[in-house]
Amino acid sequence: MTERRELYGLLAEFHAPEAVLEAARRARAAGYRRMDAYTPFPVEGLAEALGFHRTRLPLIVLLGGLFGGALGYALLYYAEVVDYPLIVGGKPFHSWPAFIPIVFETTIFFAALSAVLGMLALNGLPMPYHPVFHVPRFALASRDRFFLLIEARDPKFDPEATRRFLEELGADGVWEVEP
Amino acid sequence: MSEETRRAVEVATPFDPRTAILAPGHTYASITDKISALVLTRRTPRGWFLGFTIAFLLLGLLLFTAAYLLATGVGIWGVTVPVGWGFDIINFVWWIGIGHAGTLISAILLLLRQPWRTSINRFAEAMTLFAVACAGLYPLLHMGRPWLFYWLLPYPNTMGVWPQPRSPLVWDVFAITTYATVSFLFWFMGLIPDLATLRDRARRRFWRLLYGFLAMGWRGSALHWHRYETAYWLLAGLATPLVVSVHTVVSFDFAISILPGWHATIFPPYFVAGAIYSGFAMVMTLAIPLRKFYELEDFITLKHLDNMAKIMLATGLIVGYGYMMEAFMAWYSGNPYERFMIVNRMRGPYAPIYWALLVCNVGVVQALWSSRVRKNVKALFAIALVVNVGMWLERFVIVVTSLHRDFLPSAWGMYYPTVFDWTMFLGTIGLFLTLMFLFIRLLPVISIFEMRALVPEVAEASRPVSS
Repeated sequence: MTERRELYGLLAEFHAPEAVLEAARRARAAGYRRMDAYTPFPVEGLAEALGFHRTRLPLIVLLGGLFGGALGYALLYYAEVVDYPLIVGGKPFHSWPAFIPIVFETTIFFAALSAVLGMLALNGLPMPYHPVFHVPRFALASRDRFFLLIEARDPKFDPEATRRFLEELGADGVWEVEP
Repeated sequence: MSEETRRAVEVATPFDPRTAILAPGHTYASITDKISALVLTRRTPRGWFLGFTIAFLLLGLLLFTAAYLLATGVGIWGVTVPVGWGFDIINFVWWIGIGHAGTLISAILLLLRQPWRTSINRFAEAMTLFAVACAGLYPLLHMGRPWLFYWLLPYPNTMGVWPQPRSPLVWDVFAITTYATVSFLFWFMGLIPDLATLRDRARRRFWRLLYGFLAMGWRGSALHWHRYETAYWLLAGLATPLVVSVHTVVSFDFAISILPGWHATIFPPYFVAGAIYSGFAMVMTLAIPLRKFYELEDFITLKHLDNMAKIMLATGLIVGYGYMMEAFMAWYSGNPYERFMIVNRMRGPYAPIYWALLVCNVGVVQALWSSRVRKNVKALFAIALVVNVGMWLERFVIVVTSLHRDFLPSAWGMYYPTVFDWTMFLGTIGLFLTLMFLFIRLLPVISIFEMRALVPEVAEASRPVSS
């Protein structure tokens, strides 16, 4: 138990996207669940190989857009019909065709904002501290190296066995990550 | 062509900058090192200091003009009855239009799966952002009392009034604000993984902290990439209708009015095409010196310039169609005022500007039909400059000729820009270039992570047939 607390996980280094993808598939097949992979660019299928299937982000963006559109329309309706009815060019107070451009823009505004902020929130960013940064080699995750992390809190994790398992996957190196 | 023959052909022909979008032999590491070195390790070239100094002096001109304007009033400009919209609206539309190419490259070409956008999207997006900043200055400073700009926004106030949304000028406020925000989000989101790269490469503590702060702890997790890509595609899907709507709304500023020459249904598509046209001209104007002085020919190849030239030609033809339809509808409508407007454009006091714009925008660009011209970097640079000028002249003609002679000859007048109109215009160019120089110095001008993703594709294409 004490041994586990000292270790955040084991980080295996690969030099090709196919290698880390294959390693992730085999680690998942071997029963590991608390894993993550770090790559210098998006690798297709890697998130799925780690057991991640859907993101709620599209729903968040849809709701953001609907909220923005409703807010824009409600604002215009309140301003032009309820609070400050003013006859302009003989048009009705509720001249909805003239409201369309603004409602469109507020829809896009809130949808775009929720896409970016939603992505950051779901990803847990900003995150100033993360244990993987302790590994000096990890700086290469933003250059040309691909990493697979198996966390120590994975029920199947064992410092020795997991290390051997990762080495057998063809890792160029396996590093201990301190918490 | 079958897959095998395609590969065989590509093997037979070594790197050809006219067809390849990335020089072969590049690895993830070489791309990362080369682009991040521009910011981190390479000595700042002397030309950068020279260019930045000139740009900064021009920016000083803008500050001087703006200060004098605030102290005195818009009377220092040449705008007066009957031409109440002079350089401020001309330049506003010109700058906004330039911005549109950035969004087109980053959003529309992404949705169309055009991999060649990768090496030009970052600085095109930066260009968008800075062009919108320049554009936004004009309506603000034209207000007369810019410190009350917040009256444009709908908020509950003690005056008991609200903005009037049946006017296209209020639509503009929302369109430009949204456009500026979404452009920034797109640009910044694209930067996050690259900021992490700079954080991991920077040697000095200050820069490591700064880039690290901006990268927000990005570590390239597969799950993060998954959501990141989803968000990026959604953002592209949102920015695409947005960019069309923005210049449509800008054209509504004219088209919703009842002035001859402005009240035309062709305005929205014709303005959007013109915006993309001038924007690509500006991307070309920036890309050609950039790839030369920073030796980025491996990344921004002749293929990119060729593609951009083709888009310029296509949008230039749409713009030419717009000019033709303006003249045709003026004649076909049978409306004497419409007819007078077009005759006045062609033969009135501003006729030389009208003919100059036709030469620039419709005439010169026809040279791009020739593939030899499209592969000649110097010729492309010259044509791009001509189109920049031509599109500015177009806005001058649209704004001034309709206003200066309206329905009553007794109300006619002439518009002459003053020296402060010119210093203001030069000043915004200074602002644009200053921001651009700072951007080139401090942030990666090419998206590093998207270039890395191109490596396997390029390697795949040049692999020998036998393997």
